Amino acid sequence: MRIKKWHKWLILSTLLVGGLSLSGCAGNSGPAPVTPSPGTELSGTFSIVGSNTVTPITSVWAEDFMAINPGVRISVSGPGSGAGIAALIDGTTEVCQASRKIKSLEIEQAESKGVYPYEIHVATDALSVVVHPSNPVSELTIAQISAIYTGRITNWSELGGNDAEIVAISRDTNSGTHVFFKEHVVQMQGLPTEDKSLEYGPNVLMLPSTEGGVSETAGNPNAIFYPGLGYITDEVKPLGIQITADDISVLPSVETALNGTYPIARPLLYYTDGEPEGIIKAFIDYCLSAEGQLKVNEVGYVPLP
Amino acid sequence: MLMRSISAVIAAAGKARGLRRQRSGERFIEGWILLAGILAIVILLGIVFFLIREGAPIFLHTNPWQFFSGAKWYPVSEPPTFGILPFLVSTMIVTIVSTAIAIPIGIACAAYLAEVASPRVRNMVKPLVELLAGIPSVVMGFIGLMLLSPLVQSTFNLNTGLTGFSAAIMLSMMSLPIIISVSEDALRAVPDDFKQASYALGATRWETIRHVSIPAALSGITAAVMLGVGRAIGETMTVLMVAGGALAVPQSPTEPMMPMTAAIASGIGNAVRGGLQYQALFAIGLVLFFITLGVNLIASRVLERQKRRFAR
Repeated sequence: MRIKKWHKWLILSTLLVGGLSLSGCAGNSGPAPVTPSPGTELSGTFSIVGSNTVTPITSVWAEDFMAINPGVRISVSGPGSGAGIAALIDGTTEVCQASRKIKSLEIEQAESKGVYPYEIHVATDALSVVVHPSNPVSELTIAQISAIYTGRITNWSELGGNDAEIVAISRDTNSGTHVFFKEHVVQMQGLPTEDKSLEYGPNVLMLPSTEGGVSETAGNPNAIFYPGLGYITDEVKPLGIQITADDISVLPSVETALNGTYPIARPLLYYTDGEPEGIIKAFIDYCLSAEGQLKVNEVGYVPLP
Repeated sequence: MLMRSISAVIAAAGKARGLRRQRSGERFIEGWILLAGILAIVILLGIVFFLIREGAPIFLHTNPWQFFSGAKWYPVSEPPTFGILPFLVSTMIVTIVSTAIAIPIGIACAAYLAEVASPRVRNMVKPLVELLAGIPSVVMGFIGLMLLSPLVQSTFNLNTGLTGFSAAIMLSMMSLPIIISVSEDALRAVPDDFKQASYALGATRWETIRHVSIPAALSGITAAVMLGVGRAIGETMTVLMVAGGALAVPQSPTEPMMPMTAAIASGIGNAVRGGLQYQALFAIGLVLFFITLGVNLIASRVLERQKRRFAR
């Protein structure tokens, strides 16, 4: 009898929770209120799949665009740049968002399936290098950061900081950011000291999310991490970056990324099959418009010049 | 006499007709059940086939020896290197530590529920323990990230709390419900005669549990542990969030590490479909599949033996 009572209670509460969440979903997914709008009414559905990094700004654009055009439904998901490109190649998404450029192997695969990726630069992301606020180090050269991430410098005292072991934190290989940081900082692409054979050291922590890296840095006095500009909080301290020891150090900000003095910035891209048309073109036009680029600033990325 | 025999024949014929009808209906249902059973096997074989098709080509690039014994994993470099030794060792360390934590707690809890607790307490606690199995792994990951890892860091005076040890603690909590539930069933299946005989010889309750109940249920308890191990090996989200994800071959549990499941999850999103990294990740999946398959096979074997032992 006891068991039965318990089970009944469990089942009841499960049903209740399930029912509530279902009704909640139903409430949200109901048809959007139709507001009379002048001119031609846009309608249709498409999806944007790809980079985790681009997802925050894409979501804002999609929400605003859907608010302006109630007939349009856009679904946004961020499993990773590679997954997005694969989805574009397989025709399961109309737009791919990416934080890295499409690779030649992927272009070949796409063309063999009759898909011709068309690249659109929609915003820029400045990668900051952050440490715990108590860390006395406030600027580093790219070569020094490279030495930290390759494991050649392992103690903060070698950089004028406390005598403590450095905890170098990175994103995992899922992330376009991982690849970008490796090429432009670890391997020092474009600098005289460039070395293509450099790799992340084996003791670097590979974390699955940028938020996770920031919270670990906020709680660990010896940690260093590279989040995008939009992810910096008051609990971490961004470092000034010197290209070489002779250059002045530049703090990451929208201004320094726009005027080109901040060295670690990268494009955020959309890929479509051929030039965009119809509602997708209208959406991308909105993203690139002055209003859309204003949102870029609000989310914490760098708008197009 | 004649009438009776005729009516008997008619009755027998009617019964036979009914039987035939029943048979055809039964056959239909049997067919469905057979189909469902075959479907499960087809799905399993399909998964194996898919894993082999996608994963095996990596061995044309990296020979199996290098793949299993290589300590360098640089999938997005030019040229890429694929060595999964760090992941194998990490999975081993995390699984062993989590099992070592879960076994004593799990068996003690099962023994308490089966032998000591009053039916009232047991009927209240067991569903709650089983409810623990329903906590989503991402929530366990959060708890590990926010509560456990700072604690581990300060307790062991480490550089970072994101270590294999933290992940193992969370995993042990996730395998506990399985271990407790299955061991408790095994302990309760021990015939009462055994225990009564033990009490009759003057054994205390503790002596009975230790020397009679647990040894008699040992194969069931072993199966419970194996199922828990299977859970720990296959768990992804928690280890991805808590284990730290360093690519070095770990030397001790208190280092950051990346078990195989985390390696797959953290690489597949950005892998070029059909590319080398994609193949290598599928090959890891294949290895993982065979490990968990092995563990589960052993568990079901042992469980089978337990059942046969007390079959009546």
